[in-house]
Amino acid sequence: MHRFLLLPRRVISRANISFADIFVFCGFFALLYGAAKVGSGFFESFNPPHDLPVIDLSPGGLAYYTARSMMRMFAALAISLVVALAAGYAAAKNRKAESIILPLLDIGQSVPILGFLAITVDGFIALFPGSLFGLECASIFAIVTCQLWNMAFVFYFSVKTLPRDLEDASRVFRMSKWRKFISLEVPYGMTGLVWNAMMSFGGGWLYVSAAEAINYSNKNYYLPGIGSYVAKAFQVNDMRAITWASLTIILVIIVVDQLFWRPVMAWAGKFQTQPVTGQEDSSWALDLLRSAQVPRWLNRRLRRIRAALFQIKWPAAPQLPKLKTKNRPFGVSGDLLFGVLVGGTVVAALYSGATYLRRELPLAEVGIATMGGLATLLRVAALLLVSTVIWTPIGVWIGFNPKIARRIQPVVQILSSYPYNFLFPIIAFALHAAGVPMSITAILLMALGSQWYVLFNTIAGAIEVPAEMRQMAESYGLKGWLLWKRLIIPAIFPAWVTGAITATGGAWNASILCEIVSRENETLAAPGLGTYIAQATAANDWPRIVLGVMLMCVTVVAINRLVWQRLYDLAESRYRIV
Amino acid sequence: MSQSNDPLIRLSNLGMTFPRPDSGGSIQVLDGVDLTISRGEIVALLGRSGSGKSTMLRLISGLIQPTSGSVTSAGKAVNGPNADVAMVFQNYALFPWLTVVENVEIGLEAKRVPPREARKSANDALKLVGLDGFAKAYPKELSGGMKQRVGFARSFVVQPRVMLLDEPFSSLDVLTAENLRGEIADLWEDGAFPAEAVLIVTHNIEEAVILADRVVVISANPGRVRGEIRISLPRPRERTAPEFRAMVDHIYTIMTNPERSVAEPQPQVLVGEDRMIDSTALPHARPGALSGLLELVEEYGGKEDVASVAERLRMEVDELLPILDTAVLLGFAEVAEGDVILNEAGARFANAEIDEAQVIFRDAVLQHAPMVRSIYERLLESKGGRLDGDVVVDVLDESFSEEEAKEQFDTAINWGRYAGLFEYDSDDETIRLHDETEAME
Repeated sequence: MHRFLLLPRRVISRANISFADIFVFCGFFALLYGAAKVGSGFFESFNPPHDLPVIDLSPGGLAYYTARSMMRMFAALAISLVVALAAGYAAAKNRKAESIILPLLDIGQSVPILGFLAITVDGFIALFPGSLFGLECASIFAIVTCQLWNMAFVFYFSVKTLPRDLEDASRVFRMSKWRKFISLEVPYGMTGLVWNAMMSFGGGWLYVSAAEAINYSNKNYYLPGIGSYVAKAFQVNDMRAITWASLTIILVIIVVDQLFWRPVMAWAGKFQTQPVTGQEDSSWALDLLRSAQVPRWLNRRLRRIRAALFQIKWPAAPQLPKLKTKNRPFGVSGDLLFGVLVGGTVVAALYSGATYLRRELPLAEVGIATMGGLATLLRVAALLLVSTVIWTPIGVWIGFNPKIARRIQPVVQILSSYPYNFLFPIIAFALHAAGVPMSITAILLMALGSQWYVLFNTIAGAIEVPAEMRQMAESYGLKGWLLWKRLIIPAIFPAWVTGAITATGGAWNASILCEIVSRENETLAAPGLGTYIAQATAANDWPRIVLGVMLMCVTVVAINRLVWQRLYDLAESRYRIV
Repeated sequence: MSQSNDPLIRLSNLGMTFPRPDSGGSIQVLDGVDLTISRGEIVALLGRSGSGKSTMLRLISGLIQPTSGSVTSAGKAVNGPNADVAMVFQNYALFPWLTVVENVEIGLEAKRVPPREARKSANDALKLVGLDGFAKAYPKELSGGMKQRVGFARSFVVQPRVMLLDEPFSSLDVLTAENLRGEIADLWEDGAFPAEAVLIVTHNIEEAVILADRVVVISANPGRVRGEIRISLPRPRERTAPEFRAMVDHIYTIMTNPERSVAEPQPQVLVGEDRMIDSTALPHARPGALSGLLELVEEYGGKEDVASVAERLRMEVDELLPILDTAVLLGFAEVAEGDVILNEAGARFANAEIDEAQVIFRDAVLQHAPMVRSIYERLLESKGGRLDGDVVVDVLDESFSEEEAKEQFDTAINWGRYAGLFEYDSDDETIRLHDETEAME
């Protein structure tokens, strides 16, 4: 009965809706309708060679394809988030899990995702026969593999570095592991998680569009999406469609930024543990959402669910005086057993890979692939050198002018999110006509996507230089080269290393798209490992795909270990400004 | 070095306005500032945060240009980094990637001094600040105090005419700051300081009084010069000297009263027109203890050795002293050559019955304890004979530290109650006139 009595009050409070409510309401239903409509396309039938998705080059088709690509991006983001939380948590909490997950993450973030695509797609199609969902999964998997590592790493570090007092408090209040996870560990890691998710998401546009044109049993299939749209447009040389798509993607990046990432960043601001310097993130979309009544009403309902989540009494709270020193019973012999198991698996995998290659390929093939690897290595090095020379001074200048930095940063973010593979054929053939060899063009194409990380990080590094230090340098008369040598270069070095690792990692990955570019019936190729993998994929030549991808993994991991890791350690120990 | 009569630094009608970061518009940080710094003096700029003190240092060192007015250094206009000055920064501003000695050399390197010569000067400077064993260390191996020593050494080697110190001790813990400040003062007093003048920005009053020849008080929002106080206390300055305390109290009063004009010190300042409470310090003794002491001395015949009184009362001498001070202050006794000698009023008080003792005590307090008397007078003037205890504490706060103000208040209340002058209700923190009729009800 009392429900009836309460009803009028609710009606009144709900009737008090504003313009913001109407806006939010319409937006919500549009989103729901769109998701249902576009999502149904995920299960289109797919039975090669008769039943194939066809790409429609009309503007209406473009809108639909963009929505499809976007759904893939968000699906991948959701999966990445869950896996990152699980992997990061497991690695931070369990020493054995840590010893497997960390190297996996490390290798995972340095391998060429696009090379792997060809390997994974077979399995996914076999998993969902007769449906496009298999291809869909393969493409989402590709995006996940480019987003996951960063997020998992950052969550791992935040759980590992949870301040001692918070740790102690959770113990004093006898929080269960679950309670501690949702009320302490996740909120504490939220800022880093959101920031990294946003950056990875930006980088994901390239992979979503590249992963839509999938090679399967010797034929190219186009998964409906904006990437396929562009690929198809290049195939029939439809410049109008290419232009439309290139502009649409900019719009989409801006809209997603304004309607999704800005609100999420502003919301995540409340989890910031350090005092906020400068201005806080603000978002008009979040303000709108907050000023509307309906979400508030919804939020009150959701609070119950949240409370229920907090109430979960699993697993049991730890007994307080649990002062165990070490897992004695499992001890040394357990660790040894574990090590042997893991090591054995790795060795067995490497061995079976090697024997497979030995059986299928002549030894000289390794030499050919290695030469390609060297060519790509030189290109990556050239790219890093050129972007450093160009962008470091500009980045420092921007970073030293906070007003400019604030305005430029969103622009750079959009520039870095843009899937430049849309433009590759245009640029490559234009340069080809001007007589530039593809070997050089490939460097430029790689740079289009990767250079921004150098700029980004240089700006961030320059902003971090304390004003007092710059004033000191100026008042003691440091100028020109001496200023760079004594202050600027050392101060931005840690940020530059981070940027260089990201940029070169991206460049290795992109080499598969950059070294070989085709349009209609023409193809431009530069010798290199990217071309090697791309050609092997096109020919469905499994042994060469495996060889190429393995070689690229080994090269990237080796360079990371031998060069970047050392520079990074040096930067941390010597050049970090606290 | 020119021996002209120009002051080392002259700021004339200096104004500085910064654009507001987001909303447009602008913030005026400094307005019409005139200041000179001459050879051989330490000048302290004292002001609250937001008074533009640090901006003044940056203007003098030529890091920023004023929006109006001018800065001259040794007679020359400052239009860029000023080579006559060297700055010591609040957060040290050491480069973490350079060793201590390399940090010290940085200014010499910019002046293209040959490396060998630069190394020698740097080592000499490090010796001067007591860090000669740390030349090859990195800043992160040093404590905060040692880092700031490096900061001083770095400015010493460039042999500036004026050293600019931007709150150089405020990032250090109290003991370290005290130690380093003392050493800097020693260098100055010994004539070993490698600069002709020093301008220090601080918000620490004692620091200003210890170091400075002149304290320039800056008002906030916008920063203007309120006035200056010449500190002619002999060096080295003793914190505990009464003149030192009086000076600190005086500046403290000025700083807490933005409307007050800055003048030469008048000890025992009365504060504000409408709420005059005398802040002459009271010794902390309870009237009961006073009475006990006087009775004891009376038993011994009116004269007794202080040490034996202490022994008899099982008190340490420093516990006894406030009680003796009270006896002396209220005119009940004298202390001479280690003896307490009761006078006539003291003897009368010791022998009196309770009622009579209260009257004697009241007369003595009204005559000799101006704080209690002034509270009583304000009570008489006030409507309904009541005063807010907080207000009195606030007034005392301007002359004492927060803790001491509270203790002074408690003592004054104690004495006033014992004298039957007023009552205090600690629940509503109100002082009321002692009303016989009300007490009867």
